[in-house]
Amino acid sequence: MNNLEIVKAGLNKRYAKERRFKFYGIFSISLSLLFLFFLLFDIGAKSIPAFTQTYINLDIEFDKKSMKLQDQDSYSEETLFSASYSKLGRNALYKLFPEVTERKQKKALRQMLSSGARYDLRDAVLENNDYVGTTQNLWVLAGDDIDAFVKGLIDRNIPEADRRVKDYQVKWVDILEAQNKIERRFNINFFTSGDSREPEQAGILGALKGSFYTMLVTLLLSFPIAVSAAIYLEEFAPKNNWWIDIIEININNLAAVPSIVFGILGLAVYINVFGVPRSAPLVGGLVLTLMTLPTIIISTRAALKSVPPSIREAALSIGASKMQVITHHVLPLAMPGILTGSIIGMAQALGETAPLLMIGMVAFVADIPQSILDPATVLPVQVFIWSDSPERGFIALTSAAIVTLLVFLFFMNLIAIVLRKKFETRW
Amino acid sequence: MEISDNMDLDQEISKTVGSPLLESKVRIACRDVNVFYNKNVQAIFNVNLDIGKNQILAMIGPSGCGKSTLLRCFNRMNDTIEDCVVDGLIELDGENIHSKKIDPVVLRANVGMVFQKPNPFPKSIYDNVAYGPRLHGLTQNNSELDDIVEESLTKAGLWKETKDRLNKPGTGLSGGQQQRLCIARAIAVKPEVILMDEPTSALDPIATATIEELMSELKSAYTIVIVTHSMQQAARISDRTAYFHLGRLVEVDETGHIFTNPNHSLTENYITGRFG
Ligand SMILES: Nc1ncnc2c1ncn2[C@@H]1O[C@H](COP(=O)(O)OP(=O)(O)O)[C@@H](O)[C@H]1O
Ligand SMILES: [Mg+2]
Repeated sequence: MNNLEIVKAGLNKRYAKERRFKFYGIFSISLSLLFLFFLLFDIGAKSIPAFTQTYINLDIEFDKKSMKLQDQDSYSEETLFSASYSKLGRNALYKLFPEVTERKQKKALRQMLSSGARYDLRDAVLENNDYVGTTQNLWVLAGDDIDAFVKGLIDRNIPEADRRVKDYQVKWVDILEAQNKIERRFNINFFTSGDSREPEQAGILGALKGSFYTMLVTLLLSFPIAVSAAIYLEEFAPKNNWWIDIIEININNLAAVPSIVFGILGLAVYINVFGVPRSAPLVGGLVLTLMTLPTIIISTRAALKSVPPSIREAALSIGASKMQVITHHVLPLAMPGILTGSIIGMAQALGETAPLLMIGMVAFVADIPQSILDPATVLPVQVFIWSDSPERGFIALTSAAIVTLLVFLFFMNLIAIVLRKKFETRW
Repeated sequence: MEISDNMDLDQEISKTVGSPLLESKVRIACRDVNVFYNKNVQAIFNVNLDIGKNQILAMIGPSGCGKSTLLRCFNRMNDTIEDCVVDGLIELDGENIHSKKIDPVVLRANVGMVFQKPNPFPKSIYDNVAYGPRLHGLTQNNSELDDIVEESLTKAGLWKETKDRLNKPGTGLSGGQQQRLCIARAIAVKPEVILMDEPTSALDPIATATIEELMSELKSAYTIVIVTHSMQQAARISDRTAYFHLGRLVEVDETGHIFTNPNHSLTENYITGRFG
């Protein structure tokens, strides 16, 4: 055999190896895609019920007596605000089903409506003061069991004893349905309210704004601090200096510290020593900044290091100062890498739950935070709280909160990608 | 073995032969220049050398003999290397470039540099050339800047090829064009001296010939110091040639003299191809 034949003989083996490797790659990619698809599909499907709510159409009589109002022509805002609205919904239901007289059944009839319906009625009156004394046809929020039943989450064929919806409630729903007086509508509430103990009234807006403020604090603190630290360490710090080495080792180790430790630190330092308000996005952002710093520092340093030295030499040789070399050439060229690192750090921070539990962001907060100092919760913690709640309606809400978290993440990434594209030199 | 070698060498090259010093028209003067890396590694030993105005000085010698190191002394680029110490006197137009009065930024505006590998900024051709003038605030308005860009590109022999694509990236040019762009960028700040470190070693023969022609034209306005690996290039373009060996300046003389009648045996070995 001459050389050429030897080479040819080995050729098949080489190509087989290549094909095998390609197969492994395609196989792993398909597998991960499958898992991803499965996850998204599962969460997406589970979240769908949360985006609609069941409403019942009722003729609400705003009579002054049940509202506990004095007989007057007009009322001030405060009077209307503190009036009683709890009887209005049930009165309308009693009128619709006059045959119901037994006490237990009356209670079941009352429970067809959400306990939050009274607040919707109050808001309706506050918006239209002239409702008082009239009868209005309105859609009123149904209770969570009825909602689950209408959505098909409760099976009518299982025995009554095992079912949260009683037989007569099923009958009423059927009657209302026949009259087109019960309906699933888009759950605007989910996007406009804060948390609630009642699943049909719970919304994501509080956690969404909480996450937004927390991320804002994290970004505004960690990005400039991390980038300046990285620039100093990479460009200015003396090489072969023992205390710079110690700082470097510490930064690298910081990236590996379990996140809950940062929560304990935040509790001990920010809240107990500096008196930053507990549960607030400010303290959450401060804690997450600690976590995000090492990630951004490390990736920024890598990005700075990858800028070719020839560019620095070129600028220096024309007479640029060190700072000018950095701001004119090195930073713009490193910016895509810096942004990539930052987005990874921010994405980690967005999904972080454990450290925030330590600083009280797990508290039940019904109000929507208006600033970084108001008590708030964040999306992943909201997922955690809802997944831990017993009511059936929270199952869908949990998935819907995860979907919201993913959408938030998606938009955050989108902004980063757009920015990166802007900085990327196309030559 | 090595020690005895070095001792022989010290004997052999203890003093530069030829004519390192000039009577008049001196632009750069070096006296007893020593350069150290990492405190104890010496790269340049006792160099005494004058570089004349409007002349081209070629620095030749085997790899690692310190040509680049000495060249980088003239615009204090060695300052940017940690642990690099330059010792001795270097004067530009009679002024010590290490004196407190001279800022390296000002010095580098006065002593331009062109590198071995073309290194245009990843910006447009215009911005590449305009970078220096903008940096130092040399122009009052845009039309003055336009003039400088045109003038520099013209001097670098690149205007005709690029005048219609000034907003295109400088990195999109061919290697030879990129190197001329770097020359244009260096002369846009109107330096007195241009240092070139093997400017044509990454280029093809035609691009090399263009750059060599360019250097001969630039000589009338600038002092040029060029490090080159090609002895033909040194012979073609330079007025004086300096031969370095292991950090020592062995011989300096008129280029014609060096290549026809070298005084030192090391120089002769090198230029006849027996060494290096
Ligand atoms: N940044 C540096 N750090 C340490 N030693 C260096 C550095 N640059 C060059 N040297 C050393 O200095 C000597 C001269 O190098 P150089 O000036 O680049 O040579 P030439 O340009 O003639 O090939 C070589 O021995 C080289 O190893
Ligand atoms: Mg060199």
